[in-house]
Amino acid sequence: MAPQVLIPQSADEAATLYGDGEGITVFAGGTILMPELASGRIRPERALLLHASGLSGIRSDGGVIRIGAMTPVAALVDGPVPWLLSIYATHVADYEVRQSATIGGNICAPPGRESQRGDLGAALIALGARVRSAGKGGERTEAVEDFLSGDRSGRLVLEIEIDVDAARKSGASGKRRKHAHSYAIANVAIAERDGELRVAVAGVGPTAVRCRSVEASRDPQDVLEDVDPVDDAVATAEYRRQILPLLVREALDRLETE
Amino acid sequence: MRLTVNGIESEISSPPLTPLLHVLRDELDVTSPKAGCQQGGCGTCTVLVDGEPRRSCLTPVAAVDGASITTLEGVGEPERLSPVQAAFYEKYAAQCGFCTPGMIMAATALIDRKGGPVERDEVLEALGGHYCRCTGYVKIVDAVMAASRGEVGDVQDLPVSEAGEPSVEVHGSPA
Repeated sequence: MAPQVLIPQSADEAATLYGDGEGITVFAGGTILMPELASGRIRPERALLLHASGLSGIRSDGGVIRIGAMTPVAALVDGPVPWLLSIYATHVADYEVRQSATIGGNICAPPGRESQRGDLGAALIALGARVRSAGKGGERTEAVEDFLSGDRSGRLVLEIEIDVDAARKSGASGKRRKHAHSYAIANVAIAERDGELRVAVAGVGPTAVRCRSVEASRDPQDVLEDVDPVDDAVATAEYRRQILPLLVREALDRLETE
Repeated sequence: MRLTVNGIESEISSPPLTPLLHVLRDELDVTSPKAGCQQGGCGTCTVLVDGEPRRSCLTPVAAVDGASITTLEGVGEPERLSPVQAAFYEKYAAQCGFCTPGMIMAATALIDRKGGPVERDEVLEALGGHYCRCTGYVKIVDAVMAASRGEVGDVQDLPVSEAGEPSVEVHGSPA
């Protein structure tokens, strides 16, 4: 049966139509869902298309950068966002997919059958980003690592918030396959603010993870206490375990003033 | 829903989640965008949506309602090739040709964006999601760079018949 297609014209209407998310499939950029739909792996009852909902755009609001959920990844590449986020946006897929793919879709994407997803997650955690979402019980704003580790299935992401002074220094390192989708094998992002480190890893498991052990000890080897790498088509868990401490070391060495 | 494809406005009757690719090919009979991998990984379905290159297989038609779409058919004609098409011809940048529509759309958009000569690394970045399984990348990149410098060469000898169809005879069954 053809799905019922809902096209809200505002953020409020999107939240109302989404409700508690039951039976709703949210289409942001469509870059992940369209192949699933074409192959018949998903059969949505109701599809919520967000392109007309006014959720796209980056604005500065006092000391906070507000990035609408539908903002294309392409707009992060050279947009008014911290360098650490831009550098990982640059590595998402290719120029054309970045025009369609969105930041909201990136943090909501479940792992694929062949690779992990959500490559922007490490940068967002390191930058102390917050997620504003709607759903059952109304709107709420939480740290991106809490959003990622919680039950995302009933949440509609509206906006990402990042403090303008989120990072005095930041460092990045990573490995990925050279391919159109180029999902990460492992991404490490580190930000320093007021002498405190925030360390995060993406691409090695179902969601990006904040690495509190490394933050406390500054010992790259401790990253293996924070994450449990998985096997997939882009790399083995063993390979990820071998390179992760090296990538953390590299990112720490690269900590530079923003 | 409405789309303006290569300057012609049409009412669209396909369901809203239909990929733009299939609306173009099956409803509007615009067949230059190819159905390759249909997962966004090969680039041969790339078209311009309001001037920006997008994967038509990844785009639900409802998301581009009202947009202006340009495909290879809107870029040039056999007797009047665009600079990128002429450079592809001149530099032998097509082998089997299956990837060529997407390559030309991405290259055309790149040259429009830059408004002048493009460097090799800019071409590699812009065509990074386009696969040529004949692996003829060197000539493709050379062609895009030449087109961006206005070096379109002499295409007077392009084999076009009176009827405007390429003068290629097919013998037997294509299967």
